[in-house]
This record gives sequence, structure tokens and C-alpha cells, in this order.
Amino acid sequence: MALLEVEGLTIGIGRFTPVQEIGFSLDRGAVLGLVGESGSGKSLTAMALMGLLPLIRGEVRAGSIVFDGVELANRPAELHRRLRGRRIALVTQNPMTSLDPIRTVGTQIDEVSRLHGGLDGRAAKARSLDLMEAMRIPRAAVVHGQYPHQLSGGMKQRIVIAMALAGDPDLLVADEPTTALDVTVQAQIVRLMVDLVKARGLALVLITHDMGVVAQACDRVVVLYAGRIAEAGPVESIFAAPHHPYTRALIGCIPVEGQARGTLIGIPGQVPGLTDYPAHCRFAPRCPAASARCRAEAPAPATIGASRVACFHPLGRGA
Amino acid sequence: MAIGTALLSAARTPRGAPAAIVLVGVVFAAIFADRLAPYAYDMQSLMQANLPPSAAHLLGTDEFGRDLFSRILHGARISLGVAVTSIGASVALGLVFGAIAGYAGGWADRLLMAVVDLTWAFPEILIALVLIAILGPGLGSTAVAITVGYMAQFARLARAQIIALKGETYIEATVGLGAGHAHILLRHLVPNALTPVLVAGMLATGDAIVLEATLGYFGLGAQPPLPSWGAMMSAGVGQMFLAPWVIVFPGLAIAITVVAINLYGDALIDALQIRNRLREG
Repeated sequence: MALLEVEGLTIGIGRFTPVQEIGFSLDRGAVLGLVGESGSGKSLTAMALMGLLPLIRGEVRAGSIVFDGVELANRPAELHRRLRGRRIALVTQNPMTSLDPIRTVGTQIDEVSRLHGGLDGRAAKARSLDLMEAMRIPRAAVVHGQYPHQLSGGMKQRIVIAMALAGDPDLLVADEPTTALDVTVQAQIVRLMVDLVKARGLALVLITHDMGVVAQACDRVVVLYAGRIAEAGPVESIFAAPHHPYTRALIGCIPVEGQARGTLIGIPGQVPGLTDYPAHCRFAPRCPAASARCRAEAPAPATIGASRVACFHPLGRGA
Repeated sequence: MAIGTALLSAARTPRGAPAAIVLVGVVFAAIFADRLAPYAYDMQSLMQANLPPSAAHLLGTDEFGRDLFSRILHGARISLGVAVTSIGASVALGLVFGAIAGYAGGWADRLLMAVVDLTWAFPEILIALVLIAILGPGLGSTAVAITVGYMAQFARLARAQIIALKGETYIEATVGLGAGHAHILLRHLVPNALTPVLVAGMLATGDAIVLEATLGYFGLGAQPPLPSWGAMMSAGVGQMFLAPWVIVFPGLAIAITVVAINLYGDALIDALQIRNRLREG
């Protein structure tokens, strides 16, 4: 059985249902990409895994989240609190603001090992230095005593990841870990995280809107659109032959070396707001291939090759 | 900027420097009053009553022939001591109430803030008079009155800070790593909320000295023969035209101290760049 199995996950906030019937599974040593634009439900899915939905008055309305054989959906807050940090750790979005500004970064890493590993001050510091070196932070002993404002964005993100690793978790949930960083630093951090996953046998849910990051890091990818799965499958086959028009459009947004000036295309239109999700295919208003059927009913996911695709007119099928 | 560095850099500004010198002097006088004072504060000498300032008595003597300079030095100890301890207690209580209210939210917030706002609805002097009417006059009740009278603003300010900080990503990050409520509140929220509350406390110390003097003037604070600045002024009213120095010098001591505290506090706010945060309360 996989480490993490999510099935039919449906998240509700008040009278809205921003995430509908999302499913995926993840093994140790594997990286799953959760891709989509703002408002597609990526971060809500992450919050559901962390058990943090109650903070924004959200709840799991249907489906299940099974982590290491334990059901997590709609379980008591205490169960989640015991798992957080120790079994499932969160790497937050913006390293610039993810560290307490008035305490040294070292003490912030120490604290996690003290809380979860029961280490004393000296042992916790030694462990933090090990983790910082694993994160390839130069002069770890010096950086340990520095404040967040003294470090660059890339260094801060390394610290944030070291903090997440300090509790020795099995599953990392990284919510756009590289979005706030320079492009050159992004690649280093992604590489580092993937190496850690493979070396330590962790599982990583990598949330991003950047297909370039997905191509570089992930084994499998789930493409979300407006709270539903558009396409899911192994990275190689999705990049080689995307079946959903949205997936292809996303891949088309990656700049390519030698690309002619002015030919980089975006996706026209925008993700529909939570209040006006159409009852039919949610991508239809922006889809070049949309037909009358797409504007009448919603497609159910179907298997095509190695992927699951929710589209009436999948690409590469001649339909 | 750390508050320690800010204390120093505020003391180097044109406004802060003279204020800092005065404050250091007043604190020095308060601490070493018994060594610095040429006479005991309660030593009477009726032969030398109401003498004008002279070499023997730098600031003159009062109606019982007590040396005013010595009494003002000792008065610094009492006025400053009462003001600083009660504002300290007030800040501590305000932080506790404000932090709990801001962090918990919901009914706990509404209940605590209802109580706090109740004390805020009345002027400090009115709350102080009511409390002293219950507790009886004296230094202890003055301290309690000041503590309660000023607590509301610190609770409000702390609450506003905590609510603003609660939404910060690093709080979310610590939650995501399994931190509990006590840890988040005590290790992350309160330390980050502390600076503006401490500065507000420092500024309120000036007001507290005036309130202590007012209560002393009414005879509700320090009881004779203890020399509080306010009580000394009240004793000087009778001889205002005969021996004006008896009322003028304690009054000057109050004015100079309070002005210095306000000027220095203002320089500190600029050094810390927290003028906007202070308005949130």
C-alpha cells in the first residue's frame, strides 16, 4: 500500500465546494506534482493533508485521505497535531516571511528537534548543523547564529526545509517552495529537495504552478483546474503527449531556449471564480477545442494510456 | 531594530539626547537619594522654616524647616518607583489579557475586551479615586490604581499586535511543523508584539507620574512625612506667596521628568519606526 492515498477528496468552505473529487497516491521516495493556476485548489488540498482546514473554516465533505494506513479526513484536531512536524511536515510558500524575524534561524531549527525528538539543547544544535549541512548551507555554524534578515532568499528557504526535516517526517508537503526565489536559486532548491526525497526515502507533495519545476522534479503529476482534476499521470507521458488541452496549454507556457521573441503564449481568459463554476466542463470557456457537448455536461475522468484525463476531446486521440 | 540598539540610537538624536541625560540624572537621584541628600528627608528644624534657597539649603526649606533638595531627591525615589512598578504591572497584565483575547478570539476575546473597555471608558483619575476610596489612601493603593487605570491601552495594543501577527506566514509554518498553542503564543507571538507595548508603557510612565502626583496632592497617595512630589506641592499651597519655592521646585521636578520621558519616548518611537503600529491599539 502506498504511503499516502487520497480518494474522491472534496473540500467545502461554507456553501462553496472549491475542491471536488481529487485523488492520487504517493509512495516513499517519490515526488508528486500538484499543478494548477491560482484558485485551482492546490493549497486547499495541502491544508487538508495537514489537517489545517479548520483554520479557514473549511472541511472535508467527502472522500478519504489515508496516510500510512490511518484515515486523516475529518479526524480530531489532536490526531493531526501529533502528526504535524513528526510524520507530515509543511514547507511554506514564502521563505521571506516563513521565519520568525526576531529569533536566530538556528534556534528555530533546534526547536523542532526539541519538540519532536525530545533532544536537549546541545544535541538539538548538533542535529541542526547536520541538517544545515545536508541542505548545503556553507558555514553552517555561523549561519546557525544569524537572524533571517541577514540571509538571502535561497538560504532562508534552505533553513525552512531544514526545519521541516528536523522532526524526521515521512511526508513533506511543499506549497510553492520556490515561487518567491530567483530562477537560478529555484533550480538548486528543487534539485536539493528531490535529492533529499530519494536519499531519505521521504515522499514529497510538490505544489507549484510552474510546469518547468514539475518536469525537473516530479515522478507523477496531477493537473488541477478549478478544483477538479484535468489530467493525472506519469511526468514523462504527460510531457510527451498531453491529452487535456489545459495541460498542453500549461506546457506551452514554459519558455524554451531559442524561442523567437514574442511567441511565448499565455492561456487566454482566467480561472472561473468559486461563485460561478459552470455545471459543464470548467475549462470550456477557455478551451480552443470546446464543443457544444463541453458546454452542456461535465466530463468524467477516463483512462488514456498511462494517464487519467477528464475531457471529451482528448488530444492525440483524434476525437 | 532591536530595542536595546534603539534605546542607544534614540539617545543620540537632538531631541533624545537632553531627555536621556535628564532621565539618567533622575534615576540616579532616585537610586542614591540617601547618599546624595545633604539632610534626612524628615529632619525638622522649626528655627529654619521657610528659608529661601541658600548655600546651606540649595532649594530652601519648607514650613517645618526640612531641606527641600533632600526631599525632592527622596521624592524622585517614591514618584518614580511607584510609577515604574505600577506601569510595569500594568503592561504585564495588559499583555496577558491582550494576548489571550487576540489569540483565542471568539467569546473569550469579547468577554475580556468588554472588561477592558469598561475601564477604558472612564478617565484614569476617576478609576484611581474609586479604587482608593475602596482600598484606603496610601502608596500601595496608588500603585493598584495606576496599574488598573492604564491597563486598557496595553491590553488593546497587545491584542491588535497579536491579531496582526497571527496571520504571518511564520506562524502558519510553525503550526505546520506541529507547534502547540502555548509555544506559538509565548515563543513567537508575544516576543514579536512586545516592542510597541513596551514603548507605550514608557510613555505612560510620564502620565503615571502626574497621576501619582495628583493623588499625592489630594493626600490620597504617600502619607506624611514621606516626600512625594505631589504631596510636597500640596503642602506648599499655604505658603505660596510667603515661600513660593516650596511649591515651585517639586512642580518643576515633575514637569522636567515628564517632559524628558515624553521627548525620549518620542525619539525611541522614531528610532524603532513603529509609529504606525502604535496607532493600531
